[in-house]
Amino acid sequence: MAVLDPTIAAVHRDADRPSVLAILHDWVVTVDHKRLGLMYIASGLVFFLVAGSEAAIMRIQLALPNNHFVSPQVFNRMMTLHGTTMVFFVGMPILLGFANYLVPLMVGARDMAFPRLNAFSFWMSLFGACLLYFSFLGAEGLYGGGTAPDVGWFAYAPLTARAFSRGNSTDYWTLSLLVSGIGSIGTAVNLLATTLCLRCPGMTLGKMPLFVWLNFVVACMILIVISPLTAAQIMLTLDRFLGAHFFDTQAGGSAVLWQHFFWIFGHPEVYVLILPGFAFASEIIPVFSRKVIFGYPFMVAASVSIGFISLGVWAHHMFTVGMTPAGNTFFAVSTMIVGVPTGIKVFNWLATIWGGKIRFATPMLFCIGFLFQFLCAGLTGIMLSVAPFDWQLSDSYFVVAHFHYVLIGGLLFTIFGAIYYWFPKATGRRLDETLGRWHFWLFVVGFNLTFAPLHFAGMIGMPRRIYTYQPGRGFELWNQLASAGVVFQAAAIVFFLWNVVRSLVRGAPAGADPWDAWTLEWSTSSPPPPYNFETLPVVRSRRPLWDLKHPDDPDWRYE
Amino acid sequence: MSAPSAIAGTPAWTLPARGRVGIGGLILAESAVFAIFVAAYVFYVGKSLSGPTPKEVLDLPVVVSILLWSSSLTIHVAVRALRGGAVQSFTLWWLVTILLGAAFLAGTGAEWHRLIYQDGLTIRTNLFGTTFYSLVGLHAAHVIVGLVLLTIVLILALGGHVTRAHAERADTLSLYWHFVDAVWLVVFLVVYVGAR
Repeated sequence: MAVLDPTIAAVHRDADRPSVLAILHDWVVTVDHKRLGLMYIASGLVFFLVAGSEAAIMRIQLALPNNHFVSPQVFNRMMTLHGTTMVFFVGMPILLGFANYLVPLMVGARDMAFPRLNAFSFWMSLFGACLLYFSFLGAEGLYGGGTAPDVGWFAYAPLTARAFSRGNSTDYWTLSLLVSGIGSIGTAVNLLATTLCLRCPGMTLGKMPLFVWLNFVVACMILIVISPLTAAQIMLTLDRFLGAHFFDTQAGGSAVLWQHFFWIFGHPEVYVLILPGFAFASEIIPVFSRKVIFGYPFMVAASVSIGFISLGVWAHHMFTVGMTPAGNTFFAVSTMIVGVPTGIKVFNWLATIWGGKIRFATPMLFCIGFLFQFLCAGLTGIMLSVAPFDWQLSDSYFVVAHFHYVLIGGLLFTIFGAIYYWFPKATGRRLDETLGRWHFWLFVVGFNLTFAPLHFAGMIGMPRRIYTYQPGRGFELWNQLASAGVVFQAAAIVFFLWNVVRSLVRGAPAGADPWDAWTLEWSTSSPPPPYNFETLPVVRSRRPLWDLKHPDDPDWRYE
Repeated sequence: MSAPSAIAGTPAWTLPARGRVGIGGLILAESAVFAIFVAAYVFYVGKSLSGPTPKEVLDLPVVVSILLWSSSLTIHVAVRALRGGAVQSFTLWWLVTILLGAAFLAGTGAEWHRLIYQDGLTIRTNLFGTTFYSLVGLHAAHVIVGLVLLTIVLILALGGHVTRAHAERADTLSLYWHFVDAVWLVVFLVVYVGAR
């Protein structure tokens, strides 16, 4: 067509490359797992900046006692949006994006099992995010601009009942989670089928990279745990629109039932988020220690057990609700038990580093930060699993500090490590190491400065979710330290973004295998061609590239 | 999964079909959704503050249930016929499956009509109405989705577009239909037999 039309042909000659519109069109209609993966990660990073700004607003408000930077209503909205966005529109998209990009490459496949379902899932997830933020405009129609959901990311009944949540802000929250949940389930089905059905010849389950194993466990968990949330959202919608009574205490309904349904989703969700972090660490640490991962079968077994056990710990979020002694005991014990396989993993990572020829490149720095900070998170987690201790500190800033050590100190650090590690593969250029070090150290300082003091604020009695506090209760110092940390974190993010932009334009060319790594994604060019591999690889061990580089001493002799 | 000898180029490298794995994943997710609705139903049994109660208004839907469960049999026969290349037999049994499903749906419709207009039970009446209509309605919604999918295949088959090559896909769809029937077994036992 274009050739027949002389004007269009002329435009094409002049431009010499496709127009912005054509590039955009290519990305919108794509079903390529790599492009979808990058779009997942990019959308996650955009919402990371949004939700991070919401957190900064809360920290400014809490920096001084009796502060009036924002109103209580706005504070509640910021709190709700920050939590919801970080879990559903930052964590999930970035992690599913990495899984999307890497799982087919690592198992030696040319795409996911269902490429069109993959595109559908991504756009559903992004649509969900847009619905959440459209609530600013749409929640009360044209009357009340700026009304967003304010019921907390947990949305406990009866806060969500019509009587207490007027307008449609809660409905936007519900719909956005329903819609993005459908996207997550679609991607989970896809990952499951890709892992089981598209492995290249020779890649038995016992030879899959740990990254693939962990994402396989995550996919199974998503199928089991996102669905209860979907079901609960359907019930809430029925309550709000058709006058059903699921969570309506005046008609005999139960507010506690919502808590159960929410945490049946909510706690395993934490493991859905952290297991991909383990997956990044399990790939990066061996490569930068120049050693095989220690105890591969135990790592796999530990991942699978975490998947199972995490399904039975949800009510440790509800110790203060008042359960039977048997219930308290069960959930306290199951929560302690889930720490065991996690501990096995930490020891295996340490054993992998032990005696290794360590290269302190930026990805490795972030993983070492992860090991220390995740250990702190795990220890406070064990403390909170003890029901009487939890009665004292539940709903205090101690809990806030604990789960931010999990999700930032643990997860976000590994995500940054993963970005530094796989950026060369996706773009063909390396991120700058000096800027990376600035990013790492500023973020370590900023993160710990923000969240370590909050442990103490919690222990001396500062409750969560309050929009301000009285002077003279001993909260000031800890809150000021926490708010000061935000400056360092923001500076670190500026270094990171500058590094990404700068390296995209003039980063050092990476080549196919910049880290001298061992898994299949490094055997193809950077960035990989749309079909990934010219000929499908055949593997004989867990480190196919090692075998290729060292034909005299291949791994399969020992495995 | 396979011996090392398989790598040397022998054709022993076989993996599960992606359609079956994919639908298995979907069924797992859907089961979790239904589990939550069943849990809510069981949790609220006997907790309604006002009538009507299940004992007063629910009748065992024996006939329509048997119709739905027999549709699992007919779709199985249909898929087996397609595997053997008997497209006409496939089309016939597929049509019978759709009719059985539709009859079940009509039965649910008649039951709801009676409950709403004779017994005055709606989703807002009491907790029983809330949990009953949402659980049975969720199942009915799955029957409707199944019927739409089955009808699309029927139209393709009548147009002559379904051949033996599509047996695996028909089989994948039949797994979803079996799941819908199995869920009805659970709903039947919980709502109509167990928790009255």
